[in-house]
Amino acid sequence: MSAIGTSMNAGAASSWPRMFGIALLLALFAFVIFGPLANLFLWAFAEKWYFPSKLPQEFGFTFWARVFAPRGNALASLGTSIWIALLTVLMSLIVAIPAGYALARLRLRWRSLILLAFLLPQAVPNLPVYVNIARVFYEIGLNGTILGVVLVHAAHGLVLAVWIASAAFASVDVSLEEAARNIGASPWTCFRTVTLPLAAPGLIASAIFVFLESLDEFTGTYFVGVPDVTTLPLLMFNASMGGNYQIASITALLLLVPSIAFMLVVERFLKADVLAMVGR
Amino acid sequence: MTPYLSIESLNVGYGNTRVLNEVSLDVARGELVALLGSSGCGKTTLLRSIAGFVTPESGAIKVDGRDIARLPPEKRGTAMMFQSYALWPHMSVEDNIGYGLKMRSWKKDAIAKRVGEMLTLLQLVGFGPRSVMQLSGGQRQRVALGRALAVDPQLLLLDEPMSNLDYKVRIELRHELRALQRRIGITAVYVTHDREEALTLADRIAVIDAGRVVQYGPPEEIFHRPTSAFVAGFMGADNAIDVMRLPNGSLTADQVGGEKLRAHFRSDVAWITTERSASGDDDLRLAGTVTQAIYVGQGYRYRVRTNGADIWANAEERMPEGAVVSVVVPRAALLVFSAATSTRH
Repeated sequence: MSAIGTSMNAGAASSWPRMFGIALLLALFAFVIFGPLANLFLWAFAEKWYFPSKLPQEFGFTFWARVFAPRGNALASLGTSIWIALLTVLMSLIVAIPAGYALARLRLRWRSLILLAFLLPQAVPNLPVYVNIARVFYEIGLNGTILGVVLVHAAHGLVLAVWIASAAFASVDVSLEEAARNIGASPWTCFRTVTLPLAAPGLIASAIFVFLESLDEFTGTYFVGVPDVTTLPLLMFNASMGGNYQIASITALLLLVPSIAFMLVVERFLKADVLAMVGR
Repeated sequence: MTPYLSIESLNVGYGNTRVLNEVSLDVARGELVALLGSSGCGKTTLLRSIAGFVTPESGAIKVDGRDIARLPPEKRGTAMMFQSYALWPHMSVEDNIGYGLKMRSWKKDAIAKRVGEMLTLLQLVGFGPRSVMQLSGGQRQRVALGRALAVDPQLLLLDEPMSNLDYKVRIELRHELRALQRRIGITAVYVTHDREEALTLADRIAVIDAGRVVQYGPPEEIFHRPTSAFVAGFMGADNAIDVMRLPNGSLTADQVGGEKLRAHFRSDVAWITTERSASGDDDLRLAGTVTQAIYVGQGYRYRVRTNGADIWANAEERMPEGAVVSVVVPRAALLVFSAATSTRH
């Protein structure tokens, strides 16, 4: 409060350079964040863009038509991506709900140890792990299958899913469960009618995170899925490696839509009381 | 008369800590019993053992002759009111009250009828469809009571249900609860640390200290005839002085030869006088100086430093700090205990 008071007393003359400085800083941040995105937008709508020019020479929708053409494989890979993401969510929740509930109600000592174990895959460098997974999957015939890719994505998404689910369950007051048991609910009915609905917002948030993680995942899919399974990130990779920046940019924009949409939803579901329990 | 609820030498412990030690307690049908004690004495654990949230190491809990000590909570037929009310925030008032009936597979219209009765009984008509999050503390408390009563439980358990309420609401609800309990004739066990609440609500009070029932009886008996120094102190007789019993049977605070005893008394039975003359021969007179004066509405409360200890006494007139006074305690108001064992003489 006192800082605001003195700056106001100092008068308008001294506050202008400060305002200018702040504006400059904000502009710099905006450029760092939105600059690459602007470039993406330009490329997505560029018909012709040759080297010395600062802006595309010609705008148009020819490449959009190509991407969405029935013969173009962008829509097919979008379908594959979404299908894999949904299966990954399903698999993660099947593990995360019981695991998260158990962890939320366990004693603290064991809890942090197990939660840490879920974090381990994240601590090890990704590439060697995926190379080995690919080798094992190849031997048991899972390489190049949707199931194989889903398994890799789920292993990755489980960290988030289990951590958030256990926080969601921990934020449900035990006395609410006791009240249900006390008035005649069996353990399962109590879980179904009281615990699960109360933890649902947190669980939905974790499902969305897993979905987005899977939609974006590249490395694991590359090692386990190629060449039979092509997801949108793989398509984007192929396009940009082939110098086809328009196709790459358009697929990138496609990937951006669910991310932004879901982030807005997650923000509503992930309440402060759940976040406060993460990792407890 | 055979007791309705009968707790027989119940032992509860967490690890190496004893929480309840050979607790036995009988409650008659339709009776309201208060478990009174300071925090950590084991009163809530006793209630939670009856509800089934704590498994006893040994002992029996019989309701109407059936031992429920090892049944899961949902099979016990008890209904508990929680200190935090524990209302389900994702359900409406009527869903909260009707939950137990749904668990008992009642038909929809039967549930609606019973919920309606409960809302009328608890003066919550019109609140049925509301979210419990929109209610005031007093209203939540009524909903919690309604949820417990709707299933017509064998036993109503109340865990300090008033402790989160304002003083005024608390007094109101206390009387309502008492009238309601009498009217429907339900057997209830009520945990509290508030002696006034226990005295006004209960048919009998069980005073609990360190995992044991130290005295069990009607409020009048607990208040006027405590059997131990602990109960006397807990029930408000917190002035304690060393006294001597003279060979002729009378008591004195002077350190003369005789049997050493400890006397407890309430500050409102003692009065303060500046006159030196003796009144009744049996009265105990303690000389001292006023060290603190507090206005308490109907007169003053004084801290008087006497030879043995600081004591509190009431007087209507204003006296300056430092005044030399006598505190007079009628013999009948003295609760005398053996100095060594703290048990009643």
